[in-house]
Amino acid sequence: MGKFFAILLIIITLVSVYPIVTHMWWMPEVVSAHGPAVDHQLDETMIGSGVLFITSQFVLAGFIWAFGNHKGKIKNWPGGHRPVVAFGIILVGLEILSLSFVGSKVWASMYITKPDLNALHVDVQAEQFAFFFRYAGPDGVFGSIHPDKINDGSGNYFGLDPENDVAARDDIVVGTLTIPVDTPILLTLHSKDMIHNFYVPELRIQQDIVPGIDIPLHFTATKTGKWEIVCTQLCGLGHYSMKAYLQVMSKPEYDDWLKQQSGD
Amino acid sequence: MHDMSAEPAVHHLSPPQGFIRKHVFSLDHKVIGLQYYGLALAAVFIGMVLSWLMRLHLGWASLAIPGLQHLSPNGAPGGVITPEYYLSLMTMHGTIMVFFVLTNAPFAGFGNYFLPIQVGAEDMAFPRFNMMSFWVTFVAFLVLIAAFFVHDGPPISGWTSYATLSSVGGISGPGEAMGQNLWAVSIALFCVGQLLGSLNFIATTLDLRTKGMTLGRMPLSTWAWFITACIGLLAFADLLPATILLILDRTAGTSFFNPAGMVVSDTLLPHSGGSPLLWQHLFWFFGHPEVYIAIIPGFGIVSHILPAFTRKPLLGGMRVMIGCLIAAGFLSYMVWGHHMFVSGMNPFSAVLFSVPTLIITIPFTVATLMFLGSIYGANLRFTSASLFCLGFVSVFISGGISGFFLAQPSIDTYLHATYFVVAHFHFVMAVAAIFGIFAATYFWMPKMIGRMMNDTLGKLHFWLTFIGVYCIFMPMHYLGIAGNVRRYASFTDDYLVPLIPVHKFITIAALLTGAAQFIFLYNLIHTRWWGPLAPENPWEATSLEWSTTSPPPFDNFGGRHLIVHQGPYEYNAEGAAQDYVMQTDPDFVARS
Repeated sequence: MGKFFAILLIIITLVSVYPIVTHMWWMPEVVSAHGPAVDHQLDETMIGSGVLFITSQFVLAGFIWAFGNHKGKIKNWPGGHRPVVAFGIILVGLEILSLSFVGSKVWASMYITKPDLNALHVDVQAEQFAFFFRYAGPDGVFGSIHPDKINDGSGNYFGLDPENDVAARDDIVVGTLTIPVDTPILLTLHSKDMIHNFYVPELRIQQDIVPGIDIPLHFTATKTGKWEIVCTQLCGLGHYSMKAYLQVMSKPEYDDWLKQQSGD
Repeated sequence: MHDMSAEPAVHHLSPPQGFIRKHVFSLDHKVIGLQYYGLALAAVFIGMVLSWLMRLHLGWASLAIPGLQHLSPNGAPGGVITPEYYLSLMTMHGTIMVFFVLTNAPFAGFGNYFLPIQVGAEDMAFPRFNMMSFWVTFVAFLVLIAAFFVHDGPPISGWTSYATLSSVGGISGPGEAMGQNLWAVSIALFCVGQLLGSLNFIATTLDLRTKGMTLGRMPLSTWAWFITACIGLLAFADLLPATILLILDRTAGTSFFNPAGMVVSDTLLPHSGGSPLLWQHLFWFFGHPEVYIAIIPGFGIVSHILPAFTRKPLLGGMRVMIGCLIAAGFLSYMVWGHHMFVSGMNPFSAVLFSVPTLIITIPFTVATLMFLGSIYGANLRFTSASLFCLGFVSVFISGGISGFFLAQPSIDTYLHATYFVVAHFHFVMAVAAIFGIFAATYFWMPKMIGRMMNDTLGKLHFWLTFIGVYCIFMPMHYLGIAGNVRRYASFTDDYLVPLIPVHKFITIAALLTGAAQFIFLYNLIHTRWWGPLAPENPWEATSLEWSTTSPPPFDNFGGRHLIVHQGPYEYNAEGAAQDYVMQTDPDFVARS
């Protein structure tokens, strides 16, 4: 029975590792400036923890093979527990140290460093079960948000008051996040009802959108194309269908698009 | 068998008379332990069927499940699960499993039964509290299950019940009116039950140990229950007020979790001044220690059972394992923020929470190495119990490894809320803890019901379950890496559609693995009435539960006051007459 268990354990380990090694199901392409660093960090962690996973399952299998139904004299681990404890602490300790140092830098570059001063500012409103995106328009100033004026029926998703608020009059509100490539983008995330989330797997970025808090998020897209923005925070019955698109355009295309929107 | 007819019973309560006092409102910790176990057993099969329904829906979204429309005409018209009913099933699955299975069985169930016996006590310190603890928990369970039968169905906000989905009332979605109220009341009651239980465990461990039962001679299972009780006392004392605040927000118009300016369904809500993040802090300050409440008894159980089947003490002895468990328990209170890396809290704090989270892998790595080192050179006996112990080590390694990824905010920003997380916590706390429960069941059931379980069926149960859980949860890692978001009722998004075949595979594996659990149920029920009678010490083990009859009498030791002379794991001790020395053996002198 020991040998059967050991062989089963080795098969399970190898079969588990195979799709990872061959990238059978893997991350989608990366399209943000910080993304490759995230991927690198994930790869490093995968190698470190993969070695630990395979080694420890194989050792378990080996011991079960060797000592299953073993009847002879009991043997203790040579050298006692102290070297094993020290080995465990040092091995994991080193892994933790390296992961923490490198990982914190990656995290800091995404969430702690300030956004570029010239970043293109887009306002995001999330609601059950849609995203809306707002651009400041030719005046470069966003109109203020008035929760009491929010009305989906009339399309006033942000609660703007163009009658009394000059800055709000030229604000552009769209359903697709359209941005120029290679340009720093700064989002301000608002939610009017539940906690939602802004997740674009290709951007390697995820951020909750919390009612009552304006949360900044910045990134730079490095490729043109169209990708899904999905909600990852349970927000109600339509959660699974809450999505929008991220459209990354070349700079001239974006300028044309913006002009078109302002003209409407 | 010891002669117990000559000595008078020393239990300060006389044995109960009548069915009600004996089997229903019993003060006997053994009956209460079995009641907790029975409740967990009912809960785990309900939870499992819920997971089947979820899995079926994920694989085949338009599938009509015969009969389901009778349970919920609104949630499953014609037997087809609606997206909101999927969320209801998910919420109930998580809540039932985490609270009523993973907390009840390994801690309240086995702990109640064996902690007093293992320390040589006749009962818990506060038998009436103990009884109250179970019955409050039972009512909590009924209240939760009642959510299936109220008009708007069970809540849809997940077992974490994040505000504001959970805190603004029925306007936020189906199940968020009466269903969510019932959830909150149920959890509050559950907290009361656990607080009473935890107090009892701590007092019993500290005050009721028999002569010679020093802390250093306490079995590791008792140590683990004691540590878990200390964690639970703090954790449930946090969740109780949190759920009360939630109930107030929902029913009394307060704004603890609700900020100003919320507009739901084009209605401006009157709340102001609250924060949805407050709920997350309060919840996870409970929630992370709760994970350890589920798994630390598993470590104690495996540490206790493995030596009986390796015929040697654990590598590093008691101290290393106790140290690991205490360290893990202590650190569990410093890491709650790792559930909230992308929640909108200050990004600096993510770094602060990440480091202790990674450090927590150290005690668990050391504990796992101690298990591995204990198998080396052993006379490993294969029984259903020992197989589940070995399986525990394997699945805990698999689940622990993925923690390295999620503990890092920079990777969590990609993997957060994907199936990678689902794979991680199912392996590390659910499957590992369930394996601990199975090991404990096969090991202790002869003592608890006085009959031996069928070992062949037990082993068949193990092989099917072991292969099954890997088929279910390993592919979830791949889904997560591919960006598959969790808590989605179906996959309409373009980028998720190619992953549906993986979901179908997982569903089939879940159905088969679930079906294998009926072998266990059959074995358990058959044993209860028709199994061969169990001897006093079938596993040639050493601790006090094996120094009394199977099952033990009302006062546990038939009027004897046991005196403890040995540590709990004197297996193959040098100079001993046989390969194990009972804790009560006065003659053997350990060489140290």
